[in-house]
Amino acid sequence: MTQVTRKELLPGVHLTAVRTNKFKTSMLGLQLLTPIAKESAALNALLPSVLRRGTQNHPDMESLSAALDELYGGTVEPMVRKKGEAQCVGFVGSFLDDAYTPDGSRVLESAAALMGDLLLRPAEGKGGFRTDYVEGERANLVDRIRAQVNDKRQYSMTRLTQEMCAGEPYGIDKLGDEASAAAITVEGLWKQYHELLRTAQIELYYCGSAQGERVEKALVEALRDLRAGERAGQGTSAPVLHAQRGSPRLVIDAMDVTQGKLTLGFRTGGATVRTGDFPALLVLNAIYGGTPTSKLFLNVREKLSLCYFASSLLEKFTGLLLVSSGIEFDKFDEAKAEILAQLDACRKGEVEDWELEGGRRSVVSNLYTSMDAQSPLEEYWLGQAVAGLTETPEELAERVERVTKEQIVEAAGHLELDTVYFLKGREEN
Amino acid sequence: MVTKEYGRIGEKLFHAVLEDGLHIYVDSKPDYAKSYAFFATNYGGMDMRFQLDGNWYDTPAGVAHFLEHKMFDTRDGNALQELSANGASPNAFTSSAITGYYFVSTEKFEENLRTLLSFVSVPYFTPESVQKEQGIIGQEIRMIEDDPSWRVFMGLLEALYEHHPIRVSVAGSIESIAEITDQTLHACHRAFYNPGNMVLTVAGNVDPEMVVRLAREILPAEGRRDIPRDYGKGEGNKAARSEISIAMEVSTPIFQLGWKADPAPEGEERLRRQLIGELACEALFGASTPLYADLYAKGLVNSSFGGGYEAYPGCAFLAAGGESRDPWAVREAIQTEILRVDQEGIAPDLWERLKKAAYGNRVRSLNSFETICVELAQGHFAGCEYFRFPEVFDGIQKTDVEACIRDWMKSERSALSVIKPKEGNV
Repeated sequence: MTQVTRKELLPGVHLTAVRTNKFKTSMLGLQLLTPIAKESAALNALLPSVLRRGTQNHPDMESLSAALDELYGGTVEPMVRKKGEAQCVGFVGSFLDDAYTPDGSRVLESAAALMGDLLLRPAEGKGGFRTDYVEGERANLVDRIRAQVNDKRQYSMTRLTQEMCAGEPYGIDKLGDEASAAAITVEGLWKQYHELLRTAQIELYYCGSAQGERVEKALVEALRDLRAGERAGQGTSAPVLHAQRGSPRLVIDAMDVTQGKLTLGFRTGGATVRTGDFPALLVLNAIYGGTPTSKLFLNVREKLSLCYFASSLLEKFTGLLLVSSGIEFDKFDEAKAEILAQLDACRKGEVEDWELEGGRRSVVSNLYTSMDAQSPLEEYWLGQAVAGLTETPEELAERVERVTKEQIVEAAGHLELDTVYFLKGREEN
Repeated sequence: MVTKEYGRIGEKLFHAVLEDGLHIYVDSKPDYAKSYAFFATNYGGMDMRFQLDGNWYDTPAGVAHFLEHKMFDTRDGNALQELSANGASPNAFTSSAITGYYFVSTEKFEENLRTLLSFVSVPYFTPESVQKEQGIIGQEIRMIEDDPSWRVFMGLLEALYEHHPIRVSVAGSIESIAEITDQTLHACHRAFYNPGNMVLTVAGNVDPEMVVRLAREILPAEGRRDIPRDYGKGEGNKAARSEISIAMEVSTPIFQLGWKADPAPEGEERLRRQLIGELACEALFGASTPLYADLYAKGLVNSSFGGGYEAYPGCAFLAAGGESRDPWAVREAIQTEILRVDQEGIAPDLWERLKKAAYGNRVRSLNSFETICVELAQGHFAGCEYFRFPEVFDGIQKTDVEACIRDWMKSERSALSVIKPKEGNV
């Protein structure tokens, strides 16, 4: 079946290895973890795409693509993520598992070597990196930051967290800000690259049919040129939890849109992935706005026809619950009132058995299905690494099975509204 | 019940046909916690004109999608709720050609399958429930109208096709859905939601005999109805317009460049053309081509760029697009490359690598139960056996792909759709 092991391969370099036969692919992950900070966020965010442009062995994208095609259409994606206050930059590679290559050829060792090359042996130019690679990807990064405005639903959530967590590390976007990105120089990026290699915690990941020893050997070989650095002994620290700042703020933006986006941000009062009430928080989120049978869906959408979508999601590292809905501009007061009323219902214990069980089953089901696909599984284990936890999805599911209504009501009681953000249309002249 | 093993891709498939005409496929996945069931009808946004019991019906745009929304209502409540309460994650989608209802669940599969089969076969709508849905679907239409990636793709279809219903939005418009009544919905359900026009595909650690038994128990005994559809008079080979563009509040231009291919026949040829079309896109501007590297280095495309081939009853096209500061320059570069490949052919070493990668990618996509179930269902409606793709790959030559490029990717068959930023935005 499935076995999960976690091992420190080198000081500050850990490998989480999941051994299973059920996928057609093997996944390899290589992430550098560092506290997110305004001065370095954009630089770190730029690194994976610049590294991805070429290595000493494969100096351009055409050559890299050819190498990946030879590995039966392998992919290596540059990744920039934020888990709580940890910025995670690196690569995730997906390759045909050796069990399915038409001629039985081995892919794992070549794939690991390629990823090691991407991290440690970039194509070089005068200032360290190739100037054209840095300039090209810098422009892409600036575009990407600007493009956040295109998906209005996502954008309104980004604006909410920006406003709610202004001045906190979590308020910094995983890509950094546009001005910092535009100001990046080749020399500055090269310097940050070496600094990150020297100090970041490194999280390695494997999931596929290969034996543990073979995987460790392949990765150690791929990272043989990695210097020890100062990453050893740096534990993953829990983020400082920021409390409510007085009464809730309202922030309004106007853009050329046909549908308004109403978002609300709540603090969980200290409940996070590390605290004992985490399972209760997960079930509360499902009941409140996490499923098509949730209070938000059934009331704000189905009963009142106020919107096409109304949902909630949990930010489990820093303890936030975020509500998002798309409404007609003139329905702001009505929708906001109903969204808050439904949370009040949770606080008062107005949760029927079918709601509680439905929420619980949904959370348990999501945990089990996360083990049935490569990407969510990799995402889960990276999150656990950031939080310093080793609990498996099955073990967390066990805890969710034991959550009581009282615990859910208590978790709801700790939720406090911090910020409301509304994106509406421009007034007609 | 027939069992077939596909050794090259490690799959084992059960297939049964019921008396009422329903085809059932069960893909065995013993190592997984989840199971996926997909129940689909061969009825989508483009099936606006059809014949039932000797009469031709003309329905407004958006009926298939409206019907999809309303199908979840049952006499006892709502099937979406029922499935969610049982820990299943249900959803549905309507495309131009099919409507599918599905759930993923890790427990109580039999109970959930029973719910799925029941709510899809038994319609329940009232004038009030239809009216209420207008508001919700109205919001959905507004949401997609704000979505530049949806708008740019619709623009491409409007430019390529003069009157084929592929160019009509599946959700319809606020005006067209206002014309939909409960009678319209009943008629369309009767026409298209009959077992002979549907397919059930399942992937998971599931007993195929149980699936067959349940389907037999729940679905109506009456057999297949032949539902002729009318997609209008034949389209010519040329694009209706060569270019279309609108302005929206976006940070950078977004484009889709497309070519009208010949309509694909049913049967294994449909699958063959799908694979050939994708190889054509990979050979011209895929990630391993000199053209892509050049466009990327010039900042004319970024990682959002991609392309592919799509086939529907009566029409097929190739398309490529993404974000670009100068879509017209991208079009010119691609057209130049097409002419070059027409003259010189595809480089042999590129061809070998592409075939390996395309094969690997198809095998990889079998990680997704959704892909398995949807491809098996669409393959069934198109008359082909999806899991035979390794054998179909074996038969594809470089000359086949070169012919696709030469015959279909001509500039008179091509259209460019662009979404530009509003003045004063950038």
